[in-house]
Amino acid sequence: MSGPLLNVAGLHAWYGESHVLHGVDLHVNEGEMICILGRNGMGKTTTLRTIMGILRKRQGSITFAGKDMMGVPLHRSARAGLGFVPEERGIFATLTVEENLTLPPVVAPGGMTVAEIYELFPNLSERRRSPGTKLSGGEQQMLAMARILRTGARCLLLDEPTEGLAPVIIQAIGEVLRKLKARGMTVVLVEQNFRFASKVADRFYLMDHGRMTAEFPVADLPARMDLLNRELGV
Amino acid sequence: MTMIFGIPLQALLGQLLVGLINGSFYAMLSLGLAVIFGLLRVINFAHGAQYMLGAFVALLMLKFAGIGYWGALVLAPLVVGAMGAFVERTMLSRLYKLDHLYGLLFTFGLALTIEGTFRYFFGASGQPYSTPAALSGGVNLGFMFLPIYRGWVVVASMVICLGVWFLIEKTKLGAYLRAATENPVLVQSFGINVPLLLTLTYGLGAGLAGLAGVLAAPIYQVSPLMGSNIIIIVFAVVVVGGMGSILGAIITGYMLGIAEGLTKVFYPEASNIVIFVIMAIVLILRPAGLFGKDA
Amino acid sequence: MSHSTHTQADVPTRTLALAGPIKAAILIGALAFLLVAPFLLYPIFLMKLLCFALFAAAFNLLLGYTGLLSFGHATFFGGAAYFTAHAVKVWGWPPEFGLLLGVAGAAGLGVIMGAIAIRRQGIYFAMITLALSQMFFFFCLQAGFTHGEDGIQSVPRGHLLGVIDLSNSTNLYFTVLGVFLIGMALIWRFVNSPFGMILKSIRENEARAISLGYSVARYKLGAFVMSAALTGLAGGMKALVFQFATLTDVGWQMSGEVILMTLLGGIGTLIGPVFGAGLVVSLQNYLATSNVPVTIITGVVFMTCVLLFRRGLVGEFYASRLGRMLGFNPER
Repeated sequence: MSGPLLNVAGLHAWYGESHVLHGVDLHVNEGEMICILGRNGMGKTTTLRTIMGILRKRQGSITFAGKDMMGVPLHRSARAGLGFVPEERGIFATLTVEENLTLPPVVAPGGMTVAEIYELFPNLSERRRSPGTKLSGGEQQMLAMARILRTGARCLLLDEPTEGLAPVIIQAIGEVLRKLKARGMTVVLVEQNFRFASKVADRFYLMDHGRMTAEFPVADLPARMDLLNRELGV
Repeated sequence: MTMIFGIPLQALLGQLLVGLINGSFYAMLSLGLAVIFGLLRVINFAHGAQYMLGAFVALLMLKFAGIGYWGALVLAPLVVGAMGAFVERTMLSRLYKLDHLYGLLFTFGLALTIEGTFRYFFGASGQPYSTPAALSGGVNLGFMFLPIYRGWVVVASMVICLGVWFLIEKTKLGAYLRAATENPVLVQSFGINVPLLLTLTYGLGAGLAGLAGVLAAPIYQVSPLMGSNIIIIVFAVVVVGGMGSILGAIITGYMLGIAEGLTKVFYPEASNIVIFVIMAIVLILRPAGLFGKDA
Repeated sequence: MSHSTHTQADVPTRTLALAGPIKAAILIGALAFLLVAPFLLYPIFLMKLLCFALFAAAFNLLLGYTGLLSFGHATFFGGAAYFTAHAVKVWGWPPEFGLLLGVAGAAGLGVIMGAIAIRRQGIYFAMITLALSQMFFFFCLQAGFTHGEDGIQSVPRGHLLGVIDLSNSTNLYFTVLGVFLIGMALIWRFVNSPFGMILKSIRENEARAISLGYSVARYKLGAFVMSAALTGLAGGMKALVFQFATLTDVGWQMSGEVILMTLLGGIGTLIGPVFGAGLVVSLQNYLATSNVPVTIITGVVFMTCVLLFRRGLVGEFYASRLGRMLGFNPER
C-alpha cells in the first residue's frame, strides 16, 4: 500500500450547531508517530473523536488503509484497525482489570497476547482481579493503552496520555510508546506536554481554532521553538 | 398442634411458603426490570404484560399446538423475548436520546395495548392451566405438606435468578453489558455493536418475564389482568431494593414476598399494602434503597 | 421533561402586529362559546369535560411546569370525590363546603405522598407515586366509608350558598364552569408568579437551582401539593356532577388517563391539557356505545404520541408557522 496509512483532508465537524473543525488536513505514514499540539479547546480531541467516528456530524475525507471511513458506523471503526484511547481513559469500574483488558475484541492478527501484555505491564498482572478503577492514574493509563494493543489495531489514537501523571509514570509511558514504535505501530498523539512529545514523536502538527496551522518534523523542533513559545506558552 | 405466637405452625409455614412463592416471582420480575433498566435506562412498564404474555403463550400452545408445559417453558420465553426485541428495535430505541420518562410512558402504552388486546379476546376472567403430571401431587414433610409444583417454582426461580446473575457477572457477554452500562460510546468504539446489545438485553428481560409467566400459569390462573396486578408491586420491590445491583433485586424480591406472607398470617387486612408500607419506610430512612448505588 | 430536537423554521417568524388582538378575540370567543354551550350540547357531557380539563391542567402544573411525572394523581382526584361525596351525602354539608373538604383532603394526601416521593427523582419518583397510589386504592377498597366496590352512590347536589338549586343541570353547569375558570386562573397566576419561575428553573437545571441556594425539595413539594389540591377540586366537582364516587376514580388507569390527556394536549402549555381532556373524553364517549376496546386505543394513542407527537396538539400548533406568527412561544 502506497501513501499514508491515515489521510485526513478538509475535515469539518460540528457539535450540534457549533462548527468546531474547519477543514483539518493531516496524514500519518505507517509506523510513524505524529503529535498534534495546541492549546486547550482548539479541537485536538475533537479531531481524534471525529476520525474514530464518535463524532458523527462530519464532512470531508478520512481514508484509513485505503478505506473510506466516512460511511463506516462507529462499531466498525475498530475492525478497520483504528484504536482509540480517550483522555479520561474510560476504565470500567464494574469490570476487573483483566475484564477491562480483554473487553475490546481482537480485530486483526498481530496484536499482543495477554501474556505479552502482562510482561510489558507487570503492575496490571499483579492487580488483574481488582476492579478496574482501583488502579492508580498511571496504571489506568497503561491499562487503557494495553487493551487496544491486544486487539491488533494498526493505528492508535492517543488523547493526552500523560495528563495528570507524575514524571516517573510519564517516563514509563514514554518507554511503552518507544517499544510500540519499534514494533511498527502507527500513533496519532494529542499532547499538551510537548517536552514529552518531543522525545517520542516523528512529526508535529500545530492546531489552532479547528485547523492545522503548522507542520514540521522533529528535526525542525529547535527552529520552531519561538512559534511554540508564542502559541503554547511553554 | 404446635403454636407460634398464637398461630398454628401449619398455618404459619403454609403462608411462609405462599410468601416464598410470591417472592420467587417478585425476584424474577424485578431482576428482569433491573437488567433492562441497567443498560437501557428504561423502566419497562410492559414487564407485567410480558409476564402475562408468557402465561398465555403457554396456554395457547397447549390448546392449539398440543405443546405441553415443558415445551412451553422453552418456547414461550423465546416468543415473548423475540416480540420484545422487535419492539425495542423498531420503536423503543428511538426514545433513548430523550428524557427517560418517555420510555416509561411508551412502555405504559405498550402494556395497555397488550393487556387490552388480550382482554378483548379472552375477557377479564382467568383460565386454568393444569400442573404438569411430573410435578403434581405433594410430599408430606412432617411439619407441613409441600405441593411439589410449589417447591419446583421456588427452586426453578432460584436457579433462573442465579443463572442470570452468573451471565451478567461472570461471562464475556455480561462484561459487555456492564461496560456498556457505564460508557456505551466507548464500548462501541471498541467494535462492539452496542445497539444490538440493547436489543438483546430488552429481549432477555422480556423473555425472563415470559418465563416467569409460564411458571406462574399452573399456580395463578392465566388472566389478562395478571400483569397489571403484579407490576405495581414489582415496582415497589425495585424501589426498596434499589436498582444498583442484580443480587439486590433478587434478595429484595424474596424478602418482600416472605414479608407479605407473614403479614397475611398475623395481620391479614394489611397484606396487600405491606410492601408499599415497607417501601415508604425505606424511602424515608434510606432513599437510595437497600442495595442502591445511586441516591 | 427535556426538549425535543426539531429544526423547524430556523428563520425566526415575525409576530403579526395584530397578534395581541387576535389572541384576545380567540379567548373571548372561547368564553362566549362556553357560556352558550349548555344550550347546544348535553350539559352532563360538558361538565365531565370541564372536570377532566381542570384535572389535566392541574396535573400539568406538576409535569409540564415542574418536570415531575406523577403516576398517582388518581389518589387526589378519586380521594376528593370520596371526601366530597361523603360530606354532602352522610354529613349533609352544602356543596361548597363539600368541595372545600375535597380540596383539603386532596392537599393533605398530597403532602404525605409528595413528602415521600420527592426523596427520589425522575423515574423513581414516578414509580413511588404509582405504588403509594395503589396503596391508597387498597385502602379505599377496604375502608368503611367508601363502600368498597359499590362506591358512594346517590350523592345529593344540594343548594349552592343555600339558594341555587344544583339539581338543575344548567345551574350546575354554570357553577362548574365558574369553578373551572377560577381553577385555570389560579394555575395561570401560579405559573407566572415568582414561585412558578423558580419551578421552571428547577425543571431546566436542578443542579444550578440548588447551587443558587433554592430549597428545591420545598418548591417541588409546594408544586405537588398545589397540583393535588386543584386535582381535588376537579374530583370533588366530579362527585357532584355524576353523583357518585367509585374505586375507578382512584385506580391507576385513571392516573394513566390524565397523563394521556396532558401528553395529547401538550405538556407545558396552559391550554393543551384542556384540549387533551376534551379529546379523550369525547373519544371515550363515542367509543362507549361501540364494541371497540378503549384500552387498546388508549395504549396505541399513548405510544404514537410518545414516538411521533411529543409536543401534543397545542404544542404542535404553537410551534407551527401560524402559532409563531400569533406570538405563541413554544415552551421547548
